[in-house]
Amino acid sequence: MNFNATLIGQSITFIFFVWFCMKFVWPPIVNALETRKKQIADGLAAADRGKHELELAARKAGDNLRDAKAQAAEVIAQAEKRAAQIVEEAKDAAKQEGERQLAAAQANIEQEANRARESLREQVAALAVAGAEKILRREVNAQTHADLLAQLKAEL
Amino acid sequence: MGAPARAHPKLTLQFITTMASEYATSGEYIKHHLQNLTYGKLPAGYERTDHHGNVVEVLPAPTWTVAHNSQEAKDMGFMAFHVDSLGVSLVLGAIFTFFFWLAARRATAGVPAGLQNFVEWVIEFIDDSVRGSFSHVNPLVAPLALTVFMWVFLMNLMDLLPVDWLPWVATLAGVPYLKIVPSTDPNVTFALALSVFFLVLYYSVKMKGPGGFFAELAFQPFPKFLFPVNLLLEGVGLIAKPISLALRLFGNMYAGEMIFILIALMFGGSWVLGLFGGVLQWAWAVFHILIITLQAFIFMTLTIVYLDMAHSEHH
Repeated sequence: MNFNATLIGQSITFIFFVWFCMKFVWPPIVNALETRKKQIADGLAAADRGKHELELAARKAGDNLRDAKAQAAEVIAQAEKRAAQIVEEAKDAAKQEGERQLAAAQANIEQEANRARESLREQVAALAVAGAEKILRREVNAQTHADLLAQLKAEL
Repeated sequence: MGAPARAHPKLTLQFITTMASEYATSGEYIKHHLQNLTYGKLPAGYERTDHHGNVVEVLPAPTWTVAHNSQEAKDMGFMAFHVDSLGVSLVLGAIFTFFFWLAARRATAGVPAGLQNFVEWVIEFIDDSVRGSFSHVNPLVAPLALTVFMWVFLMNLMDLLPVDWLPWVATLAGVPYLKIVPSTDPNVTFALALSVFFLVLYYSVKMKGPGGFFAELAFQPFPKFLFPVNLLLEGVGLIAKPISLALRLFGNMYAGEMIFILIALMFGGSWVLGLFGGVLQWAWAVFHILIITLQAFIFMTLTIVYLDMAHSEHH
């Protein structure tokens, strides 16, 4: 066990290595470790946030779906109502049209009847005139009695 | 272990023949393994002898030279360096700092791979230890703990290399001695422990002021009027810190190395003894993996604890 200047040499070497570690080894590695720790923490926080946002989105989607369903139901109800209304309107229109056509037909019939009556009247008048002519051939001039006949005709 | 097994059936332990044929006895073999390669100054008029005790040279002037035997190393006094301890520890420290620096330079917050993984594992282990024992803010402590742990661990790790390999290579290269486990050199362990001790003193004074530090030593645990007793008690406690720190590591590693050397002696005996030695060496090496890690860890933990105490106010 000789104590000698090795003691001093070794101390200097030791101090140098400690200084080197303190300057060039420890800080970069610890920094890297810290940065990684922070990155991982951030990542986890982001994941949490993402999960939360997903939850919110899911809830929102559910709400939207429910709204859409309600809207669709409303639209369908309205459509049904409208359809019923249209059918009703169509029925009314048809009824009116029928009535109108009926009225028109009746008017036509009446007109035809009138015309037929007119023609009948004229024919009767003609017949009466012809009869009267035949009867009165000898004594009456058709022309003189035409007024009389017209008067008769109007009375028919 | 590289020793050519020229067996001496009767006097196995007495006349071990190893690769360096100058070992006459097992005692010399052990001594040789416990001698550092020392480069130092011998005074003028110093008589250098060969290993038979004959004077071969008288130095005309003070000379810086490599010690050829343990007596010369001792006679060099303080002006000497253990080249092997310094060299091996310097190389180990350089390896450690190089790889950690490499990892630090490429450190990213992304997915780590390979070297960075390993370095981060060590750093986190050290960081946990520091956080667990050190309750103040000081950017020096964690790097200090890292250096202490890795360096002491690597120095201890050299213990697992078979004791004859590198010394044998050194002998071939003409180097007389080589002790490859720096932590079996008390100079090395005391250098670490005293450096830590000076840091403890420095931070004690810096944090508490000279008066506060003195009060801590003098005015507790007993009442103030007993301050000589307090001073003695606390003073011994303070001095014991670096000494126990250094001697614990040195003692453990020295004893471990000694057992490896004793086991290695068996390789010079019969092949049965050699085989038994091989088994023993393997078993002791496996056990030593635990010891070297534990010693490095203890040294680091105590360093942190002592520095924490230096920062803390006692009441």
